Amino acid sequence: MRLPFTNDPSRPRRRRLVLGALAAAGLVAAFGAGSWAAARAQAPTPAPDEAPAPAGTADHAGASGAEADRPRPGEVRRLAPAYVPRVDTGLVDRAGAPVLVSCGTCHATRPPDPGRCATDDAMAMHRGLVFAHGERSCLACHDPGDYDRLRLAHGEPVPFAEAPRLCAQCHGPQQRDWERGLHGGMNGFWDAARGGRERHACTSCHDPHAPAYPLVTPVFHPPDPLAGRGRPIPARGAEGGAHGH
Amino acid sequence: MATELPQAPADRPAPRRLPVLQGGVTRRTTVKALGATLGLAAFARAIAPLTEWARDIPVDRFLQRHYRELTPEAMQTLLRQLEQETREQYGAEVHIEDVKPTPGVAFGYALNLSVCNGCRRCAEACHIENNHDRASQESYIRVLEMSKGSMDMERGRVDYAGPNPDPDKFYMPVQCQQCDDAPCVKVCPVEATWKESDGIVVVDYDWCIGCRYCEAACPYHARRFNWTKPQVPAAEVNPDQAYLSNRIRPQGVVEKCHFCLHRTRKGRLPACLEACPTGARVFGNLLDPDSEIRRVLADKRVYVLKEELGTRPRFFYFFDV
Repeated sequence: MRLPFTNDPSRPRRRRLVLGALAAAGLVAAFGAGSWAAARAQAPTPAPDEAPAPAGTADHAGASGAEADRPRPGEVRRLAPAYVPRVDTGLVDRAGAPVLVSCGTCHATRPPDPGRCATDDAMAMHRGLVFAHGERSCLACHDPGDYDRLRLAHGEPVPFAEAPRLCAQCHGPQQRDWERGLHGGMNGFWDAARGGRERHACTSCHDPHAPAYPLVTPVFHPPDPLAGRGRPIPARGAEGGAHGH
Repeated sequence: MATELPQAPADRPAPRRLPVLQGGVTRRTTVKALGATLGLAAFARAIAPLTEWARDIPVDRFLQRHYRELTPEAMQTLLRQLEQETREQYGAEVHIEDVKPTPGVAFGYALNLSVCNGCRRCAEACHIENNHDRASQESYIRVLEMSKGSMDMERGRVDYAGPNPDPDKFYMPVQCQQCDDAPCVKVCPVEATWKESDGIVVVDYDWCIGCRYCEAACPYHARRFNWTKPQVPAAEVNPDQAYLSNRIRPQGVVEKCHFCLHRTRKGRLPACLEACPTGARVFGNLLDPDSEIRRVLADKRVYVLKEELGTRPRFFYFFDV
């Protein structure tokens, strides 16, 4: 019995047609994906605006011409506690607000006694005061002639607003770095031509009676890397891994 | 012995049929038709992700050019479109800008490890400023708790719980070092990341194909991948955004620290610096001899992470001496 397709002269043509159709489908698939990827992967040409534009940028690019307009580093605004400290008496007034008094309120009525500085009696008078600033006497910084101001080592009085001058007597390197902008936090603009900034004074961050920066509880704990997405992080000895995410 | 095939009557022409059916339905044609059908089905399945993608992305966004090929007009159109998308998808009114680098400015960052106490407020500020996904608590900054005497950042811990600082440790925040010879830029197959003239290495989130080569290449683990579409409550979206920085990223692209370019290119300090309670961070213009960052480089003994790799970072660490 002769099979219907043997020796049929149209068979090879038909096979070519079917194979060709399949091949065409494959080509379309390959080309479609490939051209899309090629479009994404096409290397961009460098944009013409990369070149420095001289116009309108003289205050940043030109050094000499803009120096006059630019505030000097000493002109930036600095936050200093421009106030006389108030002490909480533990009393409240008729409106319920705490009664605060200046140091001079009590100290004006009694003569200064350097010998009593470190006694429990003195500490009891100053409610809530924690003293951890070395072996200093109160009068190393406070002016016995006027407790609403401070006193430098050579006797010159300084207002509380200029407390950094007093701190600098012992903490020279910190004062030097602070003057140069390397110590202490700041807010605002790095570019003095475009805005001011706030610098913090020593006592903005440090309690003058206990100046060591306190221990803190870190915020924003990273998610457990082993519980998170992605592959688990292999432990690296006792130290743990740096790959937190 | 051969059987004669049935012949069409000679007086009328054979009916026109598809070539494959001309011999009638046989086992061979059936198998072939089945094969062709399966092949077409496989093809359709293979390109299905592209059709899904086309549903999510409008045609003009799909055909969007690379950042550096966009004309200013096209960029403005695109920015308004992105703002509209943020409004629709996040319910937040935002303002997205394209902030260009300023000539004569090259940013540098320094960090004082003597005063960093590992409080992680910088990482938190980064998370909030840059509209990171809330659930994964992503941040461009990773604070490492390091043993004193060691500089091997691979042995640092990130999951310390305080209270800080531990007297036997020091704390080293690590973020993008904005390398001059950045490995991440070199490996990107589509040039979706590059170094700008002010030294910031940026990513065109709409050009990134998410291959994560850069993440593998970065020696500082500074790059992050958006596994999911970032989820940020509308009230927490930072509306001050830029195309190359903190606009909400699409899913499946890589992102990284950009020195808060939406702030710093307008003269402001980065968010992580302003958040630092100990003043450990110093930021400024490396080309300005009066800047704080230049004073750090002049006065302090600075070092860079993994100097031996030759990446030439613009991020410096120092200790008070």
